[in-house]
Amino acid sequence: MRFNRSEMQQQLVFVGPALLFFTLIVLVPFLLSIYYGMTNWNGVSSTVTWAGFDNYKQIIMHDTDFRNSFWFTARYSAVTVILINLIGLSLALLLTKALKSRYLLRSVFFMPNVIGGILLGYIWHFIFVKGFASVGEWTNIGLFQLPWLGTSSTAFWGLIIVTVWQYSGYLMIIYIAALLNIPKDLKEAAQIDGASRLHMLLRITLPLIMPAFTVCFFLAISWSFKVFDLNLSLTGGGPFNSTKSVALNIYNEAFRNNRYGLGTAKALIFFVVVALITILQVKYTKKKEVEA
Amino acid sequence: MEEITRYTARKLALEVLAWAVALLFLIPFYFIAVNSVKSIGDLLTNAVAWPKSFHWSNFVRSWELIGFSKAFMNSLLITVLSNVGLIVISSMAAYRMVRRATRWNSLLFTVFVAAMIIPFESVMIPLVKVMGELGLTNNRFGLIVSYFGFGVSLNLFLYHGFIKSIPKEIEEAAVIDGCTPYGVFWRMIFPLLKPMSITIVLLNSLWIWNDFLLPLLVLFDPSIKTIPLSIYTFIGERTKQWDLVLPGLVMSIIPMLAFFLLMQKYIIAGVMSGSVKG
Repeated sequence: MRFNRSEMQQQLVFVGPALLFFTLIVLVPFLLSIYYGMTNWNGVSSTVTWAGFDNYKQIIMHDTDFRNSFWFTARYSAVTVILINLIGLSLALLLTKALKSRYLLRSVFFMPNVIGGILLGYIWHFIFVKGFASVGEWTNIGLFQLPWLGTSSTAFWGLIIVTVWQYSGYLMIIYIAALLNIPKDLKEAAQIDGASRLHMLLRITLPLIMPAFTVCFFLAISWSFKVFDLNLSLTGGGPFNSTKSVALNIYNEAFRNNRYGLGTAKALIFFVVVALITILQVKYTKKKEVEA
Repeated sequence: MEEITRYTARKLALEVLAWAVALLFLIPFYFIAVNSVKSIGDLLTNAVAWPKSFHWSNFVRSWELIGFSKAFMNSLLITVLSNVGLIVISSMAAYRMVRRATRWNSLLFTVFVAAMIIPFESVMIPLVKVMGELGLTNNRFGLIVSYFGFGVSLNLFLYHGFIKSIPKEIEEAAVIDGCTPYGVFWRMIFPLLKPMSITIVLLNSLWIWNDFLLPLLVLFDPSIKTIPLSIYTFIGERTKQWDLVLPGLVMSIIPMLAFFLLMQKYIIAGVMSGSVKG
């Protein structure tokens, strides 16, 4: 009996605080969102009326804004996930060669990651609006004379450029860690067998770093689907709402239009989509992992 | 291990290529640094050139209008206290879950880890309501408490993996010597966790210092706002006043850049080890 009481106390002291904060901040709001998504809650009044699946019907059947946001976010995510992985991996392959300044270069490429998205967005806002215009006047290159944040297609690519600049270095670090873990004798054996550089890359290096692909795709997907800060400060969703991410749409619905019930329903749909995509991705890339 | 081979012409070419890409990565910093000290007229005529004259007063005006010292102290306080709390609660919970892997604890662990997939946006609306009810909104302490909640999953997961590799025999001797379970943890285990604790503190700091959406939802009073939030408000009121906006941006990124330059070895190592997820 005494033994049990001390066991209970230890469980409470060790695990209790973590469980308490986690429950309060993550679990309870998550469970509440299932309830609020079925109400017409406006965030202010204390009376909350039941709406059943009306919010979901409204979103799926009539909300073209939300549909556009989803379409934009999907396109933005598809392009960024591919580009930041491609560039991150290329940089990693480059900087695992015996270059003299490879450590310095790794730091340079990683640097944008230590700055928050909201600041990055403002920095690039200035560059697109004033910096590019000046470069355009100076060099007469058409690319720099475009109204970058003024049309929907250039604003889309503007967001992509900044995202690639921000995150490639982070994935590069993960790929470098994986590349340095490849046993050297495998490469030597392949070299002796007369394998070409390309052959070694495709048949030995890439299959052996599959676990890094799993992590990097997971990170890239969750970053890009949840884009908010950068979106808000770089384009503000414009021009004409053409670059408005799902996160921004949810935020506006709840905190600008005061339709908390509707916003919560959107947030739950968002959760289901993100969860499904990441689970499928992790399952798929994990299956491709091999043992060295 | 890194390969050690001869430095060939091919390597030199690769090095030059790498630096060309690196310069592209650095140009944005040049743009904002150079233009932050220009007069507005100089800036509007040419945003590429070196400043004709240096207007350091831009920084003074911007600093005062933002209330930068206050914002900096708020960011620092929130980041430090969140880190301390997270380290304590997640290391203790992870230790217990590894050493007493009961069915109940394994289930809890699964729930903590599974919750990592929930996007912040999916809980933020009811979260503001819950925090309001508990008196945690418009309050730096409330923000810190919510970082405990959002950070604990990943931190616990990282500690859990690390503690599994610590042999149990170390503790058994201490127990025989009459140490309490709490004594064993704090005197013997916690010091052994140091490498993982460093990784966790660095990852948490990058996240919390730069976090924007959560503070936006729960901090309203200008005197308690963090740096990203103060900059957002500041720029929102002065969109085209680049001679004030740019110094504000430069001073806001300096603390993090300085922190990175000092700690780069650990941060990069931390990203490497922190990313080795299931």
